[in-house]
Amino acid sequence: MKQRILHSALWVGAILMNYPFLWMMLTSLMPLEQATKNKHGIWPETWNWKNYLDAWNAAPFGQYFINTLAISITVTVSVVLTSLLAGYALAKIPFKGRGILFALILSTMMVPFEASIIPNFVIISKLGWYNTYAALIVPWCANAFSIFLVRQAFRSVPNDYFDAARIDGCGEFRFIFTLGVFLVRPMLITVALFAFLGSYNSLIWPLIVTSSESLRVIQVGLTVFSGETGVRVNLLMAASTIVILPTALLYLITQKFLMEGAGQAGIRG
Amino acid sequence: MLNHSGKFRPLMTPWIMLFPAIAIIAVFGTFPFLYAVHLSTVDESSPANVSNGLAYYSDALRDESFIQSVTITLWFSCGTLFPVLFFSLTIALGLHRATKFKKILNTLYFLPYVTSIVAAALVWRAFLDPTQGFANEFFAQRGWEPQQWLLEPRGVLHLFLPDMFSPTTGPSLSLACVMVFEIWHSTGFMIVIFLAALSVIPKELEEAVRLEGGTEWTVTRHVVIPFISPTLLFLTIVGVIGSFQAFSSIYALTGDGRGPLDTTQTLTVYIFTQFYDNGLIGYGAAVAVLLTLALILLTIIQWQLAKRRVFDVS
Repeated sequence: MKQRILHSALWVGAILMNYPFLWMMLTSLMPLEQATKNKHGIWPETWNWKNYLDAWNAAPFGQYFINTLAISITVTVSVVLTSLLAGYALAKIPFKGRGILFALILSTMMVPFEASIIPNFVIISKLGWYNTYAALIVPWCANAFSIFLVRQAFRSVPNDYFDAARIDGCGEFRFIFTLGVFLVRPMLITVALFAFLGSYNSLIWPLIVTSSESLRVIQVGLTVFSGETGVRVNLLMAASTIVILPTALLYLITQKFLMEGAGQAGIRG
Repeated sequence: MLNHSGKFRPLMTPWIMLFPAIAIIAVFGTFPFLYAVHLSTVDESSPANVSNGLAYYSDALRDESFIQSVTITLWFSCGTLFPVLFFSLTIALGLHRATKFKKILNTLYFLPYVTSIVAAALVWRAFLDPTQGFANEFFAQRGWEPQQWLLEPRGVLHLFLPDMFSPTTGPSLSLACVMVFEIWHSTGFMIVIFLAALSVIPKELEEAVRLEGGTEWTVTRHVVIPFISPTLLFLTIVGVIGSFQAFSSIYALTGDGRGPLDTTQTLTVYIFTQFYDNGLIGYGAAVAVLLTLALILLTIIQWQLAKRRVFDVS
């Protein structure tokens, strides 16, 4: 009985939270008149699957997707590598100035992104990276939040593992890339997912450091699309659905690992 | 330096490991902050970088629009953080006890966070459109007065109780809409982390309390909450930083970030406006430095307060 009530409540909540998506998908299939008027219920009068084709052709979305995936995957791999190494050093190797260094790294989390745009733009220009992939990738290859998460994960691993490996003559680096990766694997996947989502969903930075069409990313593409065809709500919703789909699928795939991973995020040890 | 096994560990090892991360964070994280500090203290109208002292800071503290932004930021932060913490903890506790369709439910609750803010904002804007939106259609069906939603600068309290509150009291309806969006968008993130923390609690501990005749409430209050308190602290700190720095959702929903009569102009939007619309670099940098210092201070205070109550904090 109790379980019944609990499940009903959870389903009601889940449907309420996802109502905008339901509405989005139904609207994306409506004919234009129905979508703009919005006075004819939420079910499409006719199911216009062609809307998806029209939306896809309204902008070079294929190119946008390739750019976005190339950037997001590079950023994700780099973030995992930098936070793995830094997190391990900050958690398991005692050295002078470690506490201060960690505090300094964490303090960069407090700087609002909007305030660092101008100095970062200056650096990008000085490096000659304007309108290049490097500008879209390099600044995002390490961040305090990810290092923090990996450090916490390593701290919750007993020292015995590390000592045992050392006694067996295992070098520090070799240890990290074999047993270390395995021990904090769930957290690395969490970090990877957040890095990918952040990169995939970024909009302002790509707008600022690139101008050429061939470097456009998916989120920028979406706004160009919505500006030009502001009244064509049904196509807009079709485009939104297309953009959301890959990340939703990615979450479904990584969910199992994510559930294990975030558990180590608690501040412990 | 010798480690437990008596082997020599090169002093350079940790620094080699930290180098890639430090290099990127120093160049694209620390340097911009120092640069902002520099910009905030020099007179931008003079070519020779003449020191301006703290003039921009005192300008900001005396500026009414700055004070308004601080107020809006506080409304936004309190009005999103507490509901998000409450909803995500409640839902996570529910999902933790659920037995059927757990994976589908988890995914449904996380979906709003996975979605890009730009795409989600497009849906919400269409939804809240005053003339064509579904929200007003819903209101019309029930004979309620249609609302301006994201375009409404009047206070949400005034619209509810026009006799008790003036239109300028509290957050505007526009800001309230943005806050609901933010709550909707970030609840999933916290649910995921709470769920993971909950899954670590030993089942025997909960069972023991139940066998002793403890109610669900006792279990929650005396076993579950203490166990996840480190996670609660972590999420509160991250949540405070996140809510003070919210920008994308406000910008995407209102179109310019400022909203009707600047009623959605939080501090980050204010900094953005000063930089890019008004070209007041030094002044904008001063506000950014103030915000950063406030966040550092808030984080230290939370950490110190929590030290005594949270168990298992280092």
